[in-house]
Amino acid sequence: MGEVFVITSGKGGVGKTTTTANIGTALAMLGYRVVLVDADIGLRNLDVVMGLENRIVYDLVDVAHGRCRLRQALIRDRRFETLYLLPAAQTKDKNAINPEQMKALCEEIKKECDYLLVDCPAGIEQGFRNAVAGADRAIVVTTPEVAAVRDADRIIGLLEASEIRNPLLIINRIRPKMVRTGDMLDVDDVIEHLAIELLGIVPDDESIIVSTNKGEPAVLNPHSKAGEAYRNISRRITGEDVPLMNLENGEGFMDRVRRLLGLRTS
Amino acid sequence: MLELLQRIFRRDSYKTSKDVAHERLRLVLMHDRLDLSPKVLDELRTDLMNVIKEYMVIDEKSMEINLEKDQNCVALVANIPVIRMKRLPNS
Ligand SMILES: Nc1ncnc2c1ncn2[C@@H]1O[C@H](COP(=O)(O)OP(=O)(O)OP(=O)(O)O)[C@@H](O)[C@H]1O
Ligand SMILES: [Mg+2]
Repeated sequence: MGEVFVITSGKGGVGKTTTTANIGTALAMLGYRVVLVDADIGLRNLDVVMGLENRIVYDLVDVAHGRCRLRQALIRDRRFETLYLLPAAQTKDKNAINPEQMKALCEEIKKECDYLLVDCPAGIEQGFRNAVAGADRAIVVTTPEVAAVRDADRIIGLLEASEIRNPLLIINRIRPKMVRTGDMLDVDDVIEHLAIELLGIVPDDESIIVSTNKGEPAVLNPHSKAGEAYRNISRRITGEDVPLMNLENGEGFMDRVRRLLGLRTS
Repeated sequence: MLELLQRIFRRDSYKTSKDVAHERLRLVLMHDRLDLSPKVLDELRTDLMNVIKEYMVIDEKSMEINLEKDQNCVALVANIPVIRMKRLPNS
């Protein structure tokens, strides 16, 4: 029996879909059977990030309404044969699926995989309730910004209310240079506010944009820092003890001078 | 002159934007989390009343508790009319 993780954030655009695609791919690289479910109904995205958009025939809503069987809707990844995607529907109908249907679907899928990752839409409405309905655990994604952390806090409260205990935190888009100059919240600041277990940190990295352009998750690129971060995160999910990565890749000359003088840039 | 020195040695008094963000987050989360449900507020009220009743007789009906917020702080304000003090063992 597999475990269902919902990847959620409250605030939009902080990296839920990127995180789902990368963790899912990295888990498949480790040999696990993985199913990714795009629960962002009406704003289908995960297929594009995974590079599988041309292969969609049926979607989540079709399965939930019995218009096709689960097997017919699951798209197998080109690169890993244990990795599957269940795409979101592009319907405008917000009530195309309800939490009970979603829960039943997760129950059915988790019987045949090791990890089921649900990519949650932004917000705290129906889409959120659907996405968490079948989840055993939650991964909360935030960026080191006031608004994103605040929304993450709201989400953590709502997860508790839905009886999903001990959510895990990913802090995405960290810029080491800005942290060093005192212009970005650091990991400790965010953890102090949210008080949940840290699963990992991911640097702000141009390779994410390149990999999204190509439809190839960054974990496939051995030179991508963000990819490495997501590979580490995935190993932690499987229970391995992996130290947090050092995001610094050498400071510039001026940074060093400033640091030696004890000055900060404004 | 002092200002100039401070500007050169921006260490103690100078706030980085991260410090500002940290402080704003502290306040905004406090306000958000203060949005206690009436049920929780009621439990707090009952607990508080039971502790105080060990020491004095209070007017339970006109007891008021509130969370008051202004821009920089939050206070739990209680107004509890005391009717009589109990005779405590060592007074
Ligand atoms: N670590 C990163 N470094 C650089 N860019 C990133 C990083 N993570 C995410 N992005 C970019 O941020 C944008 C939003 O990411 P993504 O779509 O994963 O967010 P989301 O939380 O799923 O958004 P939505 O709430 O709309 O579903 C994308 O353009 C993505 O490429
Ligand atoms: Mg998304």
